[in-house]
Amino acid sequence: MSTTTMPPTKAPKTEPKSAPKGALSDRARSERRLGWMLAGPAFAIMLLVTAYPIVQAFYESLFDYRLTDPDNRSFTWFSNYAVILTDSIWWQALGVTVGITVVTVAVELVLGFALAMVMHKAITSVRPVVRTAILIPYAIITVVSAFAWWYGFNLTSGFVNTWLGLGDYDWFGDTLPALAIICLSEIWKTTPFISLLLLAGLAQVPEVLQEAAKVDGATWLQRLWKVTIPNMKAAIMVALLFRALDAFRIFDNIFIMTRGNNNTESVSFLAYRQTISRLEIGLGSALSVLVFLCVVLIAVVFIKGFKVDLASARGEK
Amino acid sequence: MMGAMSTRERVLWYLGALAIVLYALFPVAWIISLSFKSQGDLTDRNFLPRNPSWGNYETIFSGSARDLFLPALRNSLGICLIATFVSVVLAMFAAYAIARLDFPGKRLILSTALVVAIFPAISIVTPLFNLWRGIGLYDTWPGLIIPYLSLTLPISIWTLAAFFREIPWEMEQAAQVDGATSWQAFRKVIVPLAAPGVFTTAIISFFIAWNDFIYGISLTSTEASRPVPAALAFFTGASQFEEPTGAITAAAVVVTIPVVVLVLLFQRRIVAGLTNGAVKG
Repeated sequence: MSTTTMPPTKAPKTEPKSAPKGALSDRARSERRLGWMLAGPAFAIMLLVTAYPIVQAFYESLFDYRLTDPDNRSFTWFSNYAVILTDSIWWQALGVTVGITVVTVAVELVLGFALAMVMHKAITSVRPVVRTAILIPYAIITVVSAFAWWYGFNLTSGFVNTWLGLGDYDWFGDTLPALAIICLSEIWKTTPFISLLLLAGLAQVPEVLQEAAKVDGATWLQRLWKVTIPNMKAAIMVALLFRALDAFRIFDNIFIMTRGNNNTESVSFLAYRQTISRLEIGLGSALSVLVFLCVVLIAVVFIKGFKVDLASARGEK
Repeated sequence: MMGAMSTRERVLWYLGALAIVLYALFPVAWIISLSFKSQGDLTDRNFLPRNPSWGNYETIFSGSARDLFLPALRNSLGICLIATFVSVVLAMFAAYAIARLDFPGKRLILSTALVVAIFPAISIVTPLFNLWRGIGLYDTWPGLIIPYLSLTLPISIWTLAAFFREIPWEMEQAAQVDGATSWQAFRKVIVPLAAPGVFTTAIISFFIAWNDFIYGISLTSTEASRPVPAALAFFTGASQFEEPTGAITAAAVVVTIPVVVLVLLFQRRIVAGLTNGAVKG
């Protein structure tokens, strides 16, 4: 924003360097102390609610342990992982999850970009209406969205078959159509978020570049590819990363619509089913660790592979 | 902004806007329509109710689904408000330190917030399920509030840090020149300036907690703490031959209205909050 009027972090940062070595001024020292006093509790709680559980999960994943049979708890090294990785159920769930992630993120990127363009260019009389409208799916509970789509397509109450004249076609009777509805619900609910991120990116594309390209006779498409998109690459990448990680964790829509039937299980749902429904703590923990590792892998690929600079995208530095 | 605009262009904009509004509202309209259908119409597979009635709302507020819905509504409100409050207060202090003070470990805190935000909930659910049973937090409010912090705290920290960076800090320095301590400068000068950002952060945090399903369904077992999204999955019809569709959709509408109202009232701020924290050049 108004970076010219306030150099927020830069000014104090140079301060300790200019001071003689080892002689932090009282002011700098008390600032450090205050900094950790203020940020410490939030930091500690974040660690407590994530680092501790994942370590615990890893520990429990090394045991053959079923809650209904606590006496037969035994340490089995990595055999739970071996069981999972050699079972087609895991690979099926992973395939479904990756499929959902790729499809929803791709559709959302295109749709979200179109929405962002509309909001960016829209005449002032429609802009607030559009912005309010797209925030509504964002604010709707995922479970409610899942119910809306499920009731719309299912055989007892669905209006879709009536409208399309499909009679008793069962959308949830087969893997692909069921997954398509799950993706629709996911896309409907989360496209607004991605479009807002892209809109913020669009706003950063310098208008002069657009004008210059226009003067040089570039078509609308050329300007989109050569000017707009390269200049908002950071925003696109951040939006993609966050949506991909979010989509990979898909659970609510699947739970409500199919409960994982007809091979529509995602990895999160599989882990839930093992732990909460079957009380297989060992296997469930191993699955949790694997889901976590997948998420880490996606994040690393994005950050290293596509060079997403989250720090600069987050306004740090 | 574009000067003279042809009527054709104007009409196109209105049509485009109409399409987007339809896109956003259609599923919502459908679930509202379902909630007003009488029991006999619920399976007629038409979009609109033939004989609109309040019957389903009676079911959830005074009828058979009452004991399932009302406690869930109370749990959701209580748990989400407490989780939001705790995380916004903690994030406020942290974001102030990040935006304003110079201390080692600042980047560590921001990176931690990032990692926590992308953490898969299911990886927290499994160990907590076992742990909570052991220490008596299973099916209690704190048993949900604690994991909810993993959802609300990171986004609160970013959003607030972004808001706090835009505050004119000269005013704080001026207060310090006038003899105020860092703490006084924070309380007397910055808090009033930061209030809108804090409020927006609270709304976004609340949305996220309100939306949770995976913790709600895994770490609770009774009305003692089960929140609304999880309770919706447990609704049953008045008899085993009756679908709970009416009760579920009515309950869904009831929990959707407050968030839609919040969106309508504070849309400009919510957009700023969502995008400030995420993309800023």
